[in-house]
Amino acid sequence: MAGAGITLAATLLILLILAIILGNVLWHGLPSLSFRFVFSGADRDMFDVNKAGILPMLVGTASRVILMSFFVIPVGVITAIYLNEYAKPTSATTRVIRSAVNNLAGVPSIVFGLFGMGFFIHFAGGSMDRLFHPGSAEPVWNKPGILWASLTLAVMTMPLVIVATEESLKAIAPGLREASLALGATKLETVRKIVLPQALPGILTGGILAVSRAGGEVAPILFTGAAYYMAHYPQALTDQFMDLGYHVFVLSTQSPNVDQTRPILFATVLTLLLLTFTLNVVAIIIRARIRRGMRAAH
Amino acid sequence: MTSTPKISIPPSAEAVAPGETGEAPQARSAADSRILIESSDVSLFYGPSQALKRISIDIRERLVTAFIGPSGCGKSTFLRCFNRMNDLIDHVRVQGRIQIGGHDIYSGDVDVIELRKRVGMVFQKSNPFPKSIFENIAYGLRLHGMRNGPELQGVVEQSLRGAALWDEVKDRLHSSALGLSGGQQQRLCIARAIAIRPQILLMDEPASALDPIATAKIEELILELKKEFTIVIVTHNMQQAARISDLTAFFYLGELIEYDVTTKIFTNPGKKQTEDYVTGRFG
Repeated sequence: MAGAGITLAATLLILLILAIILGNVLWHGLPSLSFRFVFSGADRDMFDVNKAGILPMLVGTASRVILMSFFVIPVGVITAIYLNEYAKPTSATTRVIRSAVNNLAGVPSIVFGLFGMGFFIHFAGGSMDRLFHPGSAEPVWNKPGILWASLTLAVMTMPLVIVATEESLKAIAPGLREASLALGATKLETVRKIVLPQALPGILTGGILAVSRAGGEVAPILFTGAAYYMAHYPQALTDQFMDLGYHVFVLSTQSPNVDQTRPILFATVLTLLLLTFTLNVVAIIIRARIRRGMRAAH
Repeated sequence: MTSTPKISIPPSAEAVAPGETGEAPQARSAADSRILIESSDVSLFYGPSQALKRISIDIRERLVTAFIGPSGCGKSTFLRCFNRMNDLIDHVRVQGRIQIGGHDIYSGDVDVIELRKRVGMVFQKSNPFPKSIFENIAYGLRLHGMRNGPELQGVVEQSLRGAALWDEVKDRLHSSALGLSGGQQQRLCIARAIAIRPQILLMDEPASALDPIATAKIEELILELKKEFTIVIVTHNMQQAARISDLTAFFYLGELIEYDVTTKIFTNPGKKQTEDYVTGRFG
């Protein structure tokens, strides 16, 4: 009985904390969350509750998350397939890759930000500038931009996709692979036609986790692409972007008038939560449709 | 270790079961049939441990050969040598020679894909793909280059008929194979295997997970299939081996103890161990 009581209390405590956070954000943010606020630009006065808009930040955050998915899902899935289908589980290489993946998951996000700046901007971007724009006075690639921010986020969320994909690959009955191989399929054909379709819901779960994690992260994009203010939307992969999470930081630390800004600060937080929530719901719906399709099997 | 003499069917095999009417034709066909698979001195190692010990056996064309023996005796492992499914397991080493139709299937230039097209397999646990009934059969055909069209549909139908499943599924070809009963799923797996027209059909305890009625259907089907295919079946069920096979090989602890016409194995085995096993004294 005592066990049940303690576990119930712990569960209620978690629900309570969540309710307080969400309640607080909703209570303070909802009054200022208007259609005009969400769908107008930031060019009038970002700190004034009556003039500010956050569409550029919304677009920036959505773009970097979507761009990140294009990198992290293919690379993560292929890595998981290698680890689970091709690599010998006991070999040294496999063990090294596996522990690298696990350690990657434990690295603080600010370190990814610094890594992104050092590796993507200075090393990769710098090399590209030397190669493709040798005489240029202005750096083209060797500066923060949405591509570098997305790549940094992709590196950060890679373990989530790898682990989720691997879990779903492990759940596929070995008999299905055997059946395919016994019919004269190659390993690659078996992976493509039997294994991958089965693993799709798991892959999408990994994608959902990556998107939710990356959506709210600020540290990795601080040095790699987020802008305090931009007059225009990002138009190229090399452009910087405004970002919801970073904007929350800006609003809470840079405002000349704290009282004027507080309502939009909460409204921005609420928008960020809604955006991550929406992206999640979309991915969950897609996954559910695929699962249903698989059950109907055609 | 000396090489074990190859156990083959004596030419006068039919003479060993005298007076048993109905079994003589079976025995005669065993002696007359052409040798299709020839295994000589095959040993198999999982890492350091030896699972098969110098097995030499001839499998004859268009007959049912049953492998019997207690669990862990190596019969399934040996069966999987014929389509090289053991290749998939790490640290497996095969010694000796297996020839199918005169070609060494373990020589360097063998295309395993081609081999597996010629040597189909049905597994102990039915393993239909989570696709429609139609797609399950079409899978192997598509792998080997057949496009959508009347030919594909024709072969799917013919294969389902061949596996005695057509009448039960013809109205729901496009619904999930996972909705079929266990016995139907296993017959679907047989249909899938025969769709690509293999020469040999390996069956690894195909009925061990089925109820008696479904088992009876599979057995009936095997007797039908042997008109076209050479069948090698591993079974735990001695009555089953006696009912459906022409030849029976008894394995024990990785060795082939005795191989002979089924009626002889079950009525007048040559070895004490075989007799003890088939009479149920151990195993």
